[in-house]
Amino acid sequence: MAKVVEEKRVVTIVFAGDSGDGIQLTGTQFTNTSALFGNDVSTFPNYPAEIRAPQGTVAGVSGFQLQFGSVEVYTAGDICDVLVAMNAAAFKVNLPRLKKSGTIIINTDGFNAKDLRLAGYESSPLEDKSLEDYRTISIDVTKLTAAALVDSGLGKKEVERSRNMFVLGFLYYMYNREIAPTEKFIKEKFAKAPHLIDANIKVLKAGYNFGDTSETFTSRYNVKAAKLPVGTYRNIMGNQATALGLVAASQKAGLDLFYGSYPITPASDILHELSKHKNFGVKTFQAEDEIAAVCSTIGASFGGELGVTASSGPGIALKGEAIGLAVMLELPMVVINVQRGGPSTGLPTKTEQADLMQAMYGRNGEAPMPVISASSPSDCFDAAFEACRIAIEHMTPVFFLSDGYMANGSEPWKFPTTDELKEIKVVHAKERKQDDPEFLPYKRDERLVREWALPGTKGLEHRIGGIEKEWDTGNISYNPENHERMVKVRAAKVARIADSIPLQTIDSGADSGKVLVLGWGSTYGVIKTALKECLEEGLEVSHAHLRYIEPFPKNLGEIIKKFDKVLIPEMNNGQLVKIIRDKFLVDAKGLNKIKGIPFSTPEIVLAIKELAHA
Amino acid sequence: MTTDTAEIKLTPKDFTTDQEVRWCPGCGDYSILKQVQSILPETGVNKEDIVFISGIGCSSRFPYYMDTFGMHSIHGRATAVASGLKIARPELSVWVITGDGDSLSIGGNHLIHTIRRNFNMNILLFNNEIYGLTKGQYSPTSPEGKVTKSTPMGSLDHPFNPMALCLGADATFIARAMDRDVKHLREVLVRANDHIGTSLLEIYQNCNVFNDGAFEIYTDKGSKKEEALFLEEGQPLVFGNDDNKGILLDNGTPKVVRLDDGMYTKEDLWIHDSSDKHKAYLLTTFFDNPSLEGHMPRPFGVFYAQDRFRYEEAMYQQLDLAVERKGEGNLDKLLRGENTWTVS
Ligand SMILES: Cc1ncc(C[n+]2csc(CCOP(=O)(O)OP(=O)(O)O)c2C)c(N)n1
Ligand code: SF4
Ligand SMILES: [Mg+2]
Repeated sequence: MAKVVEEKRVVTIVFAGDSGDGIQLTGTQFTNTSALFGNDVSTFPNYPAEIRAPQGTVAGVSGFQLQFGSVEVYTAGDICDVLVAMNAAAFKVNLPRLKKSGTIIINTDGFNAKDLRLAGYESSPLEDKSLEDYRTISIDVTKLTAAALVDSGLGKKEVERSRNMFVLGFLYYMYNREIAPTEKFIKEKFAKAPHLIDANIKVLKAGYNFGDTSETFTSRYNVKAAKLPVGTYRNIMGNQATALGLVAASQKAGLDLFYGSYPITPASDILHELSKHKNFGVKTFQAEDEIAAVCSTIGASFGGELGVTASSGPGIALKGEAIGLAVMLELPMVVINVQRGGPSTGLPTKTEQADLMQAMYGRNGEAPMPVISASSPSDCFDAAFEACRIAIEHMTPVFFLSDGYMANGSEPWKFPTTDELKEIKVVHAKERKQDDPEFLPYKRDERLVREWALPGTKGLEHRIGGIEKEWDTGNISYNPENHERMVKVRAAKVARIADSIPLQTIDSGADSGKVLVLGWGSTYGVIKTALKECLEEGLEVSHAHLRYIEPFPKNLGEIIKKFDKVLIPEMNNGQLVKIIRDKFLVDAKGLNKIKGIPFSTPEIVLAIKELAHA
Repeated sequence: MTTDTAEIKLTPKDFTTDQEVRWCPGCGDYSILKQVQSILPETGVNKEDIVFISGIGCSSRFPYYMDTFGMHSIHGRATAVASGLKIARPELSVWVITGDGDSLSIGGNHLIHTIRRNFNMNILLFNNEIYGLTKGQYSPTSPEGKVTKSTPMGSLDHPFNPMALCLGADATFIARAMDRDVKHLREVLVRANDHIGTSLLEIYQNCNVFNDGAFEIYTDKGSKKEEALFLEEGQPLVFGNDDNKGILLDNGTPKVVRLDDGMYTKEDLWIHDSSDKHKAYLLTTFFDNPSLEGHMPRPFGVFYAQDRFRYEEAMYQQLDLAVERKGEGNLDKLLRGENTWTVS
């Protein structure tokens, strides 16, 4: 049956099902295909902490939300146009995200008596009157998948595992997408199991054809390619971008990358990604714990490599003492924290920005460190690269903050070429001959940076350690004046990094006005989206987003002064806001959300309006 | 013109620094420092290619007194720091200096993992059966019932048997020496350094301030012969005054026999073979409290030495293999990825 084709600017879909339903894969495939087609995309995977959470229950629901459009999109969307629910629990959890009159695609086989009971329904919600507000497309995906595979010889389990391909095929038809990219993906993924290639492609096509032939809906949708800035793009996830940023920095610096890590959600994917790039000289070391991870990294840095260690909050806590050692040693090192909900084990698979204070102050003694934050999946590349540059050029450990939202989210990335990347200048202390002046390990240049003296270099034999150093010589010193001087110089060294970083810019809005929304981290997209709305309504509001939190860009104080009010949205109980109040003595207001999920645009808009009209 | 220092024969003095040595007078650490400084010139390794890494403790001050590269790191973590350094710079000669608290209490985890990975490094474990730097609490090697500042009624901890622990972690080299027998210490240091892989050398070290005489029974002239068993490659296990005792394997069970009553001769004894893991295991069980009746003598020397692949070498092989398979990394290709699209 011929269908009407409707044009759409932006669409938000949430795929939801049991954690064993292949939801993340389905969502990722739809995202990649849409990105390749030229849409702007932004994603938000949301899955349970347990690998095998109780099947069919609300706790076991895995979701993947994606917004794609013919215009630029900065978030994975606030409310959804389409909900794909593979079972009753997925339906229950995600229905509140669906807009009135939205479309629900239902796998009817996931709504039998047992599914309903597990989801906590007394009667089937599909028969509920309230569903009349939505457009429901009911498909027995299990049955149709089995029918498509009737001659395949596959067992029941394997058949069920390819149901997600049916749904994907169906959505490809609905949104006028090509199935070729997914066909290619299937061929690569199952290269070692050819019978699964055939089966998955068959089901994918069956889903597509089902859309074509069935009369379940009358219109298809077209979301044109977005007018992104001219250039060549790829789709990228945050953790992947972080990994590439590290490799790029190591290549630009001409140093091998050493990555010491202990697996933890949501940071492990950086380790997985880096371990694929051994042909770049990348050395990944899965240590016995986070302490060994950071200590081995310090050892590698001492040996002259670009040392990077990563974890999430709990692991960063374990690394604390050793990070302090790196501060004393004044060796380059990057410490990555892919933040998740805390404290303690907290919400391991959910996002939060609650480790800023830990990064700033979470060490014993006065132990200042630069803190750099990324603001979106693709921005992880630039931020990670910049963290490495600062670490190497300023001989200091650097914190790089990411979070679960941007780490697992994805978006199109206009990737740079090698030539477009900044240079990273590596300076090593030179060999000393017999008559040369003695090597002083803690002698500093005008930026207060000491020299990187590699073992193996003649005449540079020296000892460093965690005990306070004597000025210049680096010998042990308990002298009171010396200690105070050294504490101050370590702080001044970090402060002087402000001379080598760009000034803060305003992302949207005017240079002055009523409200400045000051953000950091993965709230970038949602603040930008909120700003657009507010600016269209004529509100006097601007948005600045911080990459450099320690030290701040030199002009940040001046920018803040030009606004009547400052609003600081954070996915924590108020951390940046405390630092801003401390440093600039302004009555900045916090907007805080601590639910393990990102802000929605209306939440930010509302807070802006309240402050603007206060 | 300066001459190339590598051609000048180094002396122990070349390895001393201008830093005042701060151990208590009479501390066993001095003797170990001296022996290490004395064997290094013989290793033929250039000064700049040697790195000493320590944790925290009296013993861990060691690197400050060695004119090589050095790092005094944090408590328990020297092995982890050294592991990263070895991966980064496999060609360096890396020595870890650690105490019994440093390596077996707070750093126990890193010790066993370093050992199983078998990085080519030397670990010198200064065992004084006490926490020296923190002024005298019992340590994981202190005997049961030990009265210390933190255990006025005696320690309740059963001690670690370091040799058994390390062999259990699949060490490829374990040996024991003592500060007071410098000639033997020297020999074992040389063997530890010669071994390619992680060499774990436990050194009984007297803390004359907080645990004086802990090893006296093995070092004192009057008891040494009876209590200490010196392992020599290819030689029978003989000890005792006038070498009047030996150890043989009686159906696999070690048994002390007399050599002076005509029943047994040296030919009947267990011949030391450091490549025999089973024998090494038995030697580690010679760990009785010396006050017990019929206890075994305490072995000194190299218990076990085996050749096994080193982590860092295997890592570089993988790196080479990756280049062989995929070619040298091309950053532009990596950044571009597999699927791109162009907006014009
Ligand atoms: C994280 C940490 N915990 C505790 C200490 C205190 N401390 C320093 S050395 C030490 C024990 C040292 O004993 P050992 O390793 O046997 O060395 P020794 O002084 O006997 O040579 C302790 C508990 C510390 N420096 N760091
Ligand atoms: S306290 Fe004991 S171990 Fe420490 S320096 Fe003094 S004698 Fe040596
Ligand atoms: Mg001790």
